[in-house]
Amino acid sequence: MKAILTVHNLASDLVTTIWTPVFVAIFLAIIAYAFWPRNKAAFDKAAHLPLREE
Amino acid sequence: MSQPSISKSMTFGESGLAVVFAVTAFLCVIASAKALDAPFAFHAALSAAASLAAVFFIVNRYFERPAALPAQEINGRPNYSMGPIKFSAFMAMFWGIAGFLVGLIIASQLAWPALNFDLPWISFGRLRPLHTSAVIFAFGGNVLIATSFYVVQKSCRARLAGDLAPWFVVLGYNFFILIAGTGYLLGVTQSKEYAEPEWYADLWLTIVWVVYLLVFLATIFKRKEPHIFVANWFYLAFIVTIAVLHLGNNPALPVSVFGSKSYVAWGGIQDAMFQWWYGHNAVGFFLTAGFLAIMYYFIPKRAERPIYSYRLSIIHFWALIFLYIWAGPHHLHYTALPDWTQTLGMTFSIMLWMPSWGGMINGLMTLSGAWDKLRTDPVLRMLVVSVAFYGMSTFEGPMMSIKVVNSLSHYTDWTIGHVHSGALGWVGFVSFGALYCLVPWAWNRKGLYSLKLVNWHFWVATLGIVLYISAMWVSGILQGLMWRAYTSLGFLEYSFIETVEAMHPFYIIRAAGGGLFLIGSLIMAYNLWMTVRVGEQEVQMPVALQPAE
Repeated sequence: MKAILTVHNLASDLVTTIWTPVFVAIFLAIIAYAFWPRNKAAFDKAAHLPLREE
Repeated sequence: MSQPSISKSMTFGESGLAVVFAVTAFLCVIASAKALDAPFAFHAALSAAASLAAVFFIVNRYFERPAALPAQEINGRPNYSMGPIKFSAFMAMFWGIAGFLVGLIIASQLAWPALNFDLPWISFGRLRPLHTSAVIFAFGGNVLIATSFYVVQKSCRARLAGDLAPWFVVLGYNFFILIAGTGYLLGVTQSKEYAEPEWYADLWLTIVWVVYLLVFLATIFKRKEPHIFVANWFYLAFIVTIAVLHLGNNPALPVSVFGSKSYVAWGGIQDAMFQWWYGHNAVGFFLTAGFLAIMYYFIPKRAERPIYSYRLSIIHFWALIFLYIWAGPHHLHYTALPDWTQTLGMTFSIMLWMPSWGGMINGLMTLSGAWDKLRTDPVLRMLVVSVAFYGMSTFEGPMMSIKVVNSLSHYTDWTIGHVHSGALGWVGFVSFGALYCLVPWAWNRKGLYSLKLVNWHFWVATLGIVLYISAMWVSGILQGLMWRAYTSLGFLEYSFIETVEAMHPFYIIRAAGGGLFLIGSLIMAYNLWMTVRVGEQEVQMPVALQPAE
């Protein structure tokens, strides 16, 4: 539909195309980080953070 | 007495800020003299007076203070800054009572319209934004600033960044509230819901908010605790997103730099979409993310239990960030907004169920192993009930965003009921619980003046909420059904005024509920006042006697 090729059109096409998979990938990476077994100890420690301050 | 070895001089911040405020005072006097309308003249004069007061405050503070600025640490422990927190906590209580009172007045005006006394200043149209801004931005905002300044210091084990900057934030923010609130009463508004303040108030808020962000970031930056605690993530999301929303929704061109009226840059449906992108994310990031930060710090602290699942808190955070920003179009169902955009908004609203309930479960399950405390500690009970209300209203919200449900609920009192189950039950109760914790901590008291009074507050306010939301549910659904009722000949069965008449008993019940909620907050104010006045001082244990961690 876009007859004129402009930088804006090109950028907006690019963004609207890759935006969803990129965000999904980032989100999946965050979930992997949260459930990574090696991070468990650090997270358990962080859960106690409000209790061991001063 | 030996004199301090370093000579006393003004810091760059002190002298710079004093000069800036002196210039501002001068400019405001000119603006007041050249003003095109009376409210602008009043606001300019108010700003001039406030600027002069700021100059006096800065200079006076300089003469009163010792030569050296407060130490970052004393005896190896962070020297926490409590002054701005105390001020914000006090203002939260003040604006809370004012906001609840104005809410009661407008609820009564809806039941008995004669109560506006035919005066423009206290008509429903002007008092309604005063109520919403007072409870959301003045009460809620001060609670968020006070708790965020407390939590970021404690969880980073670092003194709040800046010397004057935190004071600039709390005083500047409350001055914004003053300008906005008096503006509403005088008829100054840009008619955007929850973004009513005019261009000059918006500009001032932008400056204050950027300084707030900088103070928060700088405190995190100099933290002694390597890990950035999850509550700080939520606070940061709240601060950053509100800045973006505020800038996105408010680009406006003033008719004159000496007048209060301006026109917003966007027009038509773009303006509507911007408005509800702003409006719904104000719900998501002001009323949700900020108060979730309170949940993640104050509930573990009060229950003396760790967060149930830290992993879940991370997923909760990022799911909220990724999903919330898309939910705004559900405010514009069946309007000129493109159909696909409405459906997109609905879909993301429904997906929001997951992070909302994940967060609720995380908050509630933090009590595992400490459930018995609910019986003995009314403050913890208040915090936990707030999370239950969070779960309830975040179940209801996505349901109402479904287009067929929305066709019944939209424009009815159901929406008002939904908002207040979230506002009174979730935001109100979590704020009350946080203030009940924060005041003894900030003023260094052993505990609250009276837990019995907290118990009274809890039950009076809970009864008020139940009356309020059940009245609005019945009223809203009745209203929606009456509006869509047809006769066998295809005519509308009820005239609009008949539907208004049917609301009357529910409006009285709602006002009674609001009245109870206000009484509860007065009990709270008395309790907190007495805590500060007569509460026993917490004795600071010498470092050597501290229990092993």
